[in-house]
Amino acid sequence: MKSFFKLLVMSVIFVVSSMSVFAADTIKLGVAGAHSGDLASYGIPTSRAVQFVVDEYNKNGGIDGKKIELLIEDDECKPEKAVNAATKLMSQGADAVVGHICSGPTKAALPIYLSQMIPVISPSATSPILTQSGDYPNFFRTIAPDDAQARLEVDFAINALNLKKIAIIHDKGDYGKGLAEYARSFLKETDNVEIVLFEGVTPGALDYSAVVQKIKNSEADGVIFGGYHPEASKIVSQMRKKNIDIPFISDDGVKDNKFIKVAGKYAEGVYATGPKDVSSNALAIEAEKKHKDKYGDQSGAFYLNGYAAAQAILNAIDKADSTDPDAIMKALRTYYVETSLGRIKFDEKGDAIGVGFSVYQVQNGEYVEQNF
Amino acid sequence: MEYFLQLFFSGITKGSIYALIALGYTMVYGIIQLINFAHGEIYMIGAFTALIAAGVLSLFNFPVAAIFIIATLVAILYSSSYGYTIEKVAYKPLRNAPRLSALISAIGMSIFLQNYVLLAQTSDFLPFPSITPEIKFIKPYENILSSSGFLIIMFTVIAMILLSLFIKFTRTGKAMRATAQDKKMALLLGINVDRVISTTFVIGSALAALGGVLIASHIGQINFFIGFIAGIKAFTAAVLGGIGSIPGAVLGALILGLTESFSTGYISSDYQDVFAFILLVVILIFKPSGILGKKTDQKV
Repeated sequence: MKSFFKLLVMSVIFVVSSMSVFAADTIKLGVAGAHSGDLASYGIPTSRAVQFVVDEYNKNGGIDGKKIELLIEDDECKPEKAVNAATKLMSQGADAVVGHICSGPTKAALPIYLSQMIPVISPSATSPILTQSGDYPNFFRTIAPDDAQARLEVDFAINALNLKKIAIIHDKGDYGKGLAEYARSFLKETDNVEIVLFEGVTPGALDYSAVVQKIKNSEADGVIFGGYHPEASKIVSQMRKKNIDIPFISDDGVKDNKFIKVAGKYAEGVYATGPKDVSSNALAIEAEKKHKDKYGDQSGAFYLNGYAAAQAILNAIDKADSTDPDAIMKALRTYYVETSLGRIKFDEKGDAIGVGFSVYQVQNGEYVEQNF
Repeated sequence: MEYFLQLFFSGITKGSIYALIALGYTMVYGIIQLINFAHGEIYMIGAFTALIAAGVLSLFNFPVAAIFIIATLVAILYSSSYGYTIEKVAYKPLRNAPRLSALISAIGMSIFLQNYVLLAQTSDFLPFPSITPEIKFIKPYENILSSSGFLIIMFTVIAMILLSLFIKFTRTGKAMRATAQDKKMALLLGINVDRVISTTFVIGSALAALGGVLIASHIGQINFFIGFIAGIKAFTAAVLGGIGSIPGAVLGALILGLTESFSTGYISSDYQDVFAFILLVVILIFKPSGILGKKTDQKV
């Protein structure tokens, strides 16, 4: 019954939107993502966010006198449905698309948008290859890719700390080992930096002194650790007790106050990457307030990313003064825009500059954001 | 050479950690042929007790050495009473039941104690203060051995020697050996077998608690689950050395610790457990009763 109701709502929206296709000069913004099915909770916050942004624009007279019209399509986070949704959006003449939500469907749908170079901006597809392969010049996103933390750790180690010999340790888990492997591949691309050690440790072991000796013996001048805080605090403590005072860089599995509590004085000076803090951003607060006022509860997954995606794409259309895809994409890459995630623009590959992770350092028992 | 020595002492330290816990496994097995799976939990409870005691004592500004001694004694006392009670509650009623029943009871006890501590304390990792006295080593040695590692090795050696002497020369020790050889015969000769078994549990638990304090102080953190992994490793060590034999447990633990340390140091820590268990399998193929285990003929 519920899904029938949803279907009804969707079809009403669809009929309304397809009617207004003929309604004269509007800017058509597609929204594609999971709005039903198991993963609906990932997609619905984004379509709500886009609606809020569009309403705001329309209230102020639209862009260059043109109202913005939303075309919403459901892909249920399924690649085959995503292809259908993309085809439908294209046939309705979407000028730009916010979506898709999941990485797999995004990848499936992108070639269709690419055929007409429609700009696509995803709030949540994190697969690294979407931007890094260079296959989809029309793709942008307002979320950091999966390997962003590893990239940041490596950049920080090389550029801010000037490390030359790096030991990579991980906890053999999906998360820790995945990060460690990304870090290794980035380090391999870099000249003048040597990976002196790449090792997994067993989580929960009683003693890591052998690995710590090995780090020392490798003459590493820095350690990148992929994993969670219990192992990190054991390894750091044992390193410091053995007078190994080299930088220790880790991830948001370690950027947890429990790490500081357990490692105590040994936590001082440890670096960890973690999501950028947007809680003091005025636009983010406003976006959350709108959601609360209309729906009465907290927003869900990727809401702020979706909000930022809509702000970024509409701003680009505004700046480009046209709906020509090339002009929109140029504007996305050129102009910074104030969004709910902060001040962002996009790099050549389509990843947002200014979105994602920061490096924090433990100083006097607190994580302090580092600028470098 | 320095690297070798560092790995060697790291292995010895690790081995001593395993040995302190393995002694309890092997003693209990020697007397009543029961693998006391709750033993790792006794170790964990010892560490928690010491943490609480140390917290209270540091409020009154006790010196570090006093905190260490008092906290350790409290932990030993508390854990021993747990060991005593567990035996009375979970194993004694099953003494004449099939051995599998007692084993299941032991596993149940282990799970019960873990969850009890989880509920009574917390599921988080807790920082454990470094309460062992700091020993400063002179220059070339300070990188080879840490002071907490040194203390663990010392205590393990002392515990093993005292235990061997106790079993060899005291009346209770003699009664223990007699009970281990033949429980029914010992009973007929007027030995209070129940008391011997209780004593065994108390001594084993005391050693585990001592281990808990030293090891928690060495690694600096505890949670309700530490007993499980420590218990598995110590049990492996006891089997490797020949379960039921006290020098065997220590030898097995040291071999296990050294294997882990050297395989980490010279090959890769990814494979440390693989090498440790390959060693176990190989030794058990050639000496099924463990390195120092006595070959026991099936009693008819």
